[in-house]
Amino acid sequence: MPTATVDTTRAVTPGEIADACSTSDARSGAGVRHEGAPPRPDHDRARLLSCWGAHGSGTLHAHLEHHGPLPLPRGHGGAAQLGALMEASGLAGRGGASFPSARKLAAVRSAGGSPTVVVNAMEGEPAADKDRTLLWCAPHLVLDGAELVARALRARRVVVCVPDDSDVRHAVVTAAAERAAAWRAPFVIEVATLPGRYVAGEESAVVSRLSGGPSAPAWRPDKGAPLRIGRSPALVHNAETLAHVALIARYGPEAFRAAGHPDAPGTALVTVSGAVARPGVLEVAMGALLGDIVGCAGPVDGVGAVLTGGFGGTWVPATALGTSYTPGSMAEVGGVVGAGVLVVLPGRACGLAETARIARYMAGESAGQCGPCVFGLPAVADDLDDLVAATSPAAATRLASRVAGVDGRGACRHPDGVARLVRSALWVFADDADAHARGRPCPHRGAPSVLPGPVGAP
Amino acid sequence: MSSPVLWYATRATGLVAVVLLTATTVLGVLVANRLSTRRWPGFAWQDIHRGVSLIAMAFLAGHVATSVMDSYVHIGWAAVVVPFASDYRRAWVGLGTIGLDLLLAVAVTSVLRHRLGARTWRAVHWLAYVSWPVGLAHAFGMGTDMHSSWVIALSIACVAAVVAAALWRLSAGAVRQRRTLVVHGVRHRPLGVPVKHLSA
Amino acid sequence: MKAVRTRIAVDPVACEAYGYCAELLPEVLSVDEWGYPVLHDKTVPDHLVEQARRAARACPRRALHVMAQG
Repeated sequence: MPTATVDTTRAVTPGEIADACSTSDARSGAGVRHEGAPPRPDHDRARLLSCWGAHGSGTLHAHLEHHGPLPLPRGHGGAAQLGALMEASGLAGRGGASFPSARKLAAVRSAGGSPTVVVNAMEGEPAADKDRTLLWCAPHLVLDGAELVARALRARRVVVCVPDDSDVRHAVVTAAAERAAAWRAPFVIEVATLPGRYVAGEESAVVSRLSGGPSAPAWRPDKGAPLRIGRSPALVHNAETLAHVALIARYGPEAFRAAGHPDAPGTALVTVSGAVARPGVLEVAMGALLGDIVGCAGPVDGVGAVLTGGFGGTWVPATALGTSYTPGSMAEVGGVVGAGVLVVLPGRACGLAETARIARYMAGESAGQCGPCVFGLPAVADDLDDLVAATSPAAATRLASRVAGVDGRGACRHPDGVARLVRSALWVFADDADAHARGRPCPHRGAPSVLPGPVGAP
Repeated sequence: MSSPVLWYATRATGLVAVVLLTATTVLGVLVANRLSTRRWPGFAWQDIHRGVSLIAMAFLAGHVATSVMDSYVHIGWAAVVVPFASDYRRAWVGLGTIGLDLLLAVAVTSVLRHRLGARTWRAVHWLAYVSWPVGLAHAFGMGTDMHSSWVIALSIACVAAVVAAALWRLSAGAVRQRRTLVVHGVRHRPLGVPVKHLSA
Repeated sequence: MKAVRTRIAVDPVACEAYGYCAELLPEVLSVDEWGYPVLHDKTVPDHLVEQARRAARACPRRALHVMAQG
């Protein structure tokens, strides 16, 4: 099963961080908030990773000491109160789609019935490690958020979904048990282990599995209709999103908006990996410069390009390092914020070879339900292999039409992700693609992969 | 009521049913293997397969009705659907009953096809491959016309057609069904704390 | 007065590439290199709606959906 080779347990000394990030603090103003940096005034407490590094930071006791008690809604109208807070904060989902969270809450509320709150910590993306880190370091923030939403919706059930190969299950179960022992809640917390495959984390796949079906995404012609587990409408939120809800409820929308960008307020967890000295999970203020975020991780061989958003995201060239890290600004340079994934490709590497590896992995991760994905993705991977090996001059043109053939033709966005990744690769590495097509492959195509997990393994 | 007309009708409708059911089976394989030409596109073969199967069922109904109505031998209406309930030639008539039961299952599930899941429909439809040899065994066992050479020739032709079709269906050229690659969840042990665990 | 457009969509999970839809409605559908349907357009012109419904009925997996949209 894919596990990121990102080392999130390595403590980073304050000195290192201060050196690496001091320029960014001065320049961008929004700043990069990092664990271990010298403490600043009170709203620093209102951050996801603010209790990182303290001994026993994941326990309920430490959590309540650091953040105070959970503010429960008073009287009726809890959903409206919480919705208003979320709306005012401008929180957008951190699972990849950046969907406004207040709207999701309202949609499930209007669906009626007895809802189920689903905490999606599946994190099928091999290059992402943020949810795992968050659940290991601050599980009670996530569970606080789930509790607030569950109480607001009068849900009877909260299900935390973790991958079956993950060591996070223990942390979540322990945290849930601590809470169950400390106070009574009007709902029950369940921990569900689901198959740790890439598409299994897609929200309709999660709901399908929880309904007793396979871990495969559903075809949803009407995205407005809420997901249901049986008859119960399901509110599926990424674990990090719920942690933000917990902070917003405690410290208010203003504290949330104090960091970040007007268009994309708040902080986000970003996993930086690839050719960097200090891979890991950073808590980043939205709007920080891409180059500063990458710089904190310390690229070892320059930056040739950066993979943004994940394996279903896009490449951006090194010239885009001056871009502000928000969904809007990143889109302007062809980048994706997505689930906060950044993989640094060094200067001396073949981006096409890495793209070919990703495409091969994604082809193998198809749920196997839709013909265009089952047949099209391996064909795209084959075409990329041909292009990299420089054996077929027609590979590039064939690739372009094949990619158009898979885009949007599956039940879920899996083939769409591969399509946009390959398109961005052909654009960012256009010179390389040209050379390969002419039978002159670049010298770096045999270089070891910088991708995490089994994708990068030889 | 007893009349030679009923007896001839039973034999004739039985023979025609064998031929039509053979044709239905062969056409079914053509549909399953996605045969499609410019003049005879795929949807046309599906329509023909369905049409021939309906005519076959009609002849089968006639065969069953005339055989029961003919009081020369006692078969009884129960034996139409209950195997081995006939007084007359219990074993061979019983085989015919089994063949009919299987075909009724295929027919009913086909009519209700879109209310059942694809897997259910397909599983029952494969019973058609079982019903055909059962029906043929019934025809041989009853043996009324099996001494005439043209009936023997016809039977051999039908067997050859179905065998060829079945081989084509099973061969590498046939269309394979995709399998969903996902893996179902795993069961994990509950702990002794007031937290419920979802079992897969 | 807003015209009622008829939408057409393929359920990619149910589809098993029989191809009858493209045979019956070639103006709107064709098949890709593996036999799966490609929609030229998400809506169907009025004069083809009846034929589209026929194509939807012909699909052995009922993967083609024809929906009226206001």
